[in-house]
Amino acid sequence: MWPFIKKEFYHIFRDPRTLIILFGLPLIQVLLFGFAITNDITNAHIAVLDHSHDVVTRQITRKLMSSHYFILDSYLKSRNEIHNAFKKGDVKEVIVFEKNFAQKLEKEGQAHVQIILDATEPNTANILNAYTSGVINTYALQRMKQSVAVPLSIAVQTKMLYNPQLKSVYMFVPGVITILLMLVSTMLTSISITREKELGTMEALLASPVKPISLIVGKVVPFVILSFINLIIILVLSVFVFGMPIRGSISLLLLESLLFIVMSLALGILISTVSKTQQQAMMLSMFALLLPTILLSGFIFPVENMPDILRYMSDIMPSRWFIIIIKSIMLKGVGIAYFWKETLIILFAGIFFVVLSVKKFSIRLDD
Amino acid sequence: MRKLIYIIQKEFIQIFRDKSMLPIIFIVPVFQLLILSYTATFEIKNIRFIAVDQDHSALSRKLLDKFSGSVFFTDKGRVADYAAAEELIRRGDADQLIMIEPGFEKKLTKEHFAQIQLITDAINGSAASLMSAYALSIINDFNQEIIVKQFPLQFSEIPIRMRSSFWYNPGLNYITFMVPGILVLLVTIIAMFLSSMNIVKEKEIGTIEQINVTPISKPEFIAGKLIPFWIIAMADFIFGLLLARFVFGIIIVGSPLLLLFVTSVYLVLVLGIGLLVSTLTNTMQQAMFISWFFLVVFILMSGLFTPIESMPLWAQQLNTINPLAYFIRINRMIMLKGSGFSDFQHDFYAMAVYAVLMLSLATLRYRKRA
Repeated sequence: MWPFIKKEFYHIFRDPRTLIILFGLPLIQVLLFGFAITNDITNAHIAVLDHSHDVVTRQITRKLMSSHYFILDSYLKSRNEIHNAFKKGDVKEVIVFEKNFAQKLEKEGQAHVQIILDATEPNTANILNAYTSGVINTYALQRMKQSVAVPLSIAVQTKMLYNPQLKSVYMFVPGVITILLMLVSTMLTSISITREKELGTMEALLASPVKPISLIVGKVVPFVILSFINLIIILVLSVFVFGMPIRGSISLLLLESLLFIVMSLALGILISTVSKTQQQAMMLSMFALLLPTILLSGFIFPVENMPDILRYMSDIMPSRWFIIIIKSIMLKGVGIAYFWKETLIILFAGIFFVVLSVKKFSIRLDD
Repeated sequence: MRKLIYIIQKEFIQIFRDKSMLPIIFIVPVFQLLILSYTATFEIKNIRFIAVDQDHSALSRKLLDKFSGSVFFTDKGRVADYAAAEELIRRGDADQLIMIEPGFEKKLTKEHFAQIQLITDAINGSAASLMSAYALSIINDFNQEIIVKQFPLQFSEIPIRMRSSFWYNPGLNYITFMVPGILVLLVTIIAMFLSSMNIVKEKEIGTIEQINVTPISKPEFIAGKLIPFWIIAMADFIFGLLLARFVFGIIIVGSPLLLLFVTSVYLVLVLGIGLLVSTLTNTMQQAMFISWFFLVVFILMSGLFTPIESMPLWAQQLNTINPLAYFIRINRMIMLKGSGFSDFQHDFYAMAVYAVLMLSLATLRYRKRA
């Protein structure tokens, strides 16, 4: 069996482009997610239409700008300019102060401010709105406190569990690990087996006195090793570069990953038994596997808010359960008692794929 | 010109003869647009909250009722103490916990100051900040309500009245935001894969030799490859717009003609990149891997899923070479806000120059010898 494994390694390492996909893509993905891509809203450009230009409006504006949420883009002169500001695309929010703001506040005890948001992106609009009203409310309450006795106030102490700095990496690393193990184990395995079929070398191997089972094992062992190396690279990066914790047991994490890798390999073998060409295998793994994995696993988008049909579809994705397992171990630091169900699902999926591909494989040998 | 028409004809025959490619070109994108648009949402509804109410007062109950009454929250019941509550969050059965300590009502009425704790599962950081923003606004409203009730004389109303208007998407519908971007994504994937696999396929099966011995010139060859894919991708895009209109009810606010004009230039750019990849590689697998690699990076950085403004400056500058970033931005501006040409002319010119550059490179790289 050893010569087979060696042969497979030669195949992999001889093609530098495969190596780029193997090690370059994951590295870049983790770095991008760690350094560049974030869901946080910072530096939103806002414009101010101040009909009043008095002490109070300037104070409120300054209060707003002192946070990292906002950057003052420009002062508008009239209402007509609001549309243009939004259309140019940079400005996300316009704050309109009415005329004689301070005077009205002083004399009539009430003044009006309008917050206009570019709601093409609803989340940003929501968060900016909440933030702006928060700042203005605080200001209003402070004024009240100065003028009259103490009003009632409920102070809220917020605590963010597991991810106090709200880093996006925490959310993305488990997803990237999952996608990557799938990519390497399923896609590369299925392509590598179909390539031998396409080139005709598979026949030669099958005609040799080697048992088909050792042939398959010889095929998959290198990918198991590569997947593991990849996993460790990502873990090291996320822990030492991005400060992501591994609160649970590392060996449990590695064991669960091994289970997931074996499941993905079985799936890869299954794909290679049903496809005749590399291109077919690629298309199958890409459209039938990677896209659903990215979309329906809860990697980027929360599954809870999807329509029912899509939620049921996501229930049969092993990757969805694997992401939960990684998050539980790394971030929540809990043991197997909390995710034995998820583990069982992956185990059964793996057995299912192995049985199916063994069946398919023997049929193929008959004809 | 005749030569050009012949090669275009040949490409079309080749594309339509391959029955396995037809569904990938025309049916898969439809499904993806439909499914993706429904999955790609960051909307937060049904936040599962639990509460530890150790005060058991009228006031604390009223506050919690506010939460269960909100459309954003789903009440998952009351728990005895913090440990039990944390256990529920750890198991993933609840997202948020409201802790009200004993003496809440008494403190609030006597000392005019009381504290409560809001604990959120923050593994998904952006969801957590949204959840906590929703909860804070409920508590704020509650706070103001009781102030007005307790001191009706001094505080008939809060001094600064705010009114928020949400323009362009008053229903705050996430699908409206995602569909234009996803449409760009799908057309890009199709155009990129068709073009990047094409010349290299001729290389692999050897038919390129036959073309090399014909009198066709380099620009004619590239144009002959480009035009068929351009027509297909354009058709896909228009079809997608119709789906957006009639399935998702998204009306193009700006000028549809302007949108198609920008799309036509954008597609030349994407196809140019694809053809360049195709002339640079030797096997289809290489071409596939390279396009896949760049597409993943381009998509992640394009602002499709995450806001570009929040990225660090170097990453934003990197987007200068990201075709998707330009077009997703422009497409959203035209479709959702009705922006005109002058609003995005810089982006457009950059895209045009980029397209010319890629096409020239592809033409130069194509050599009429093996």
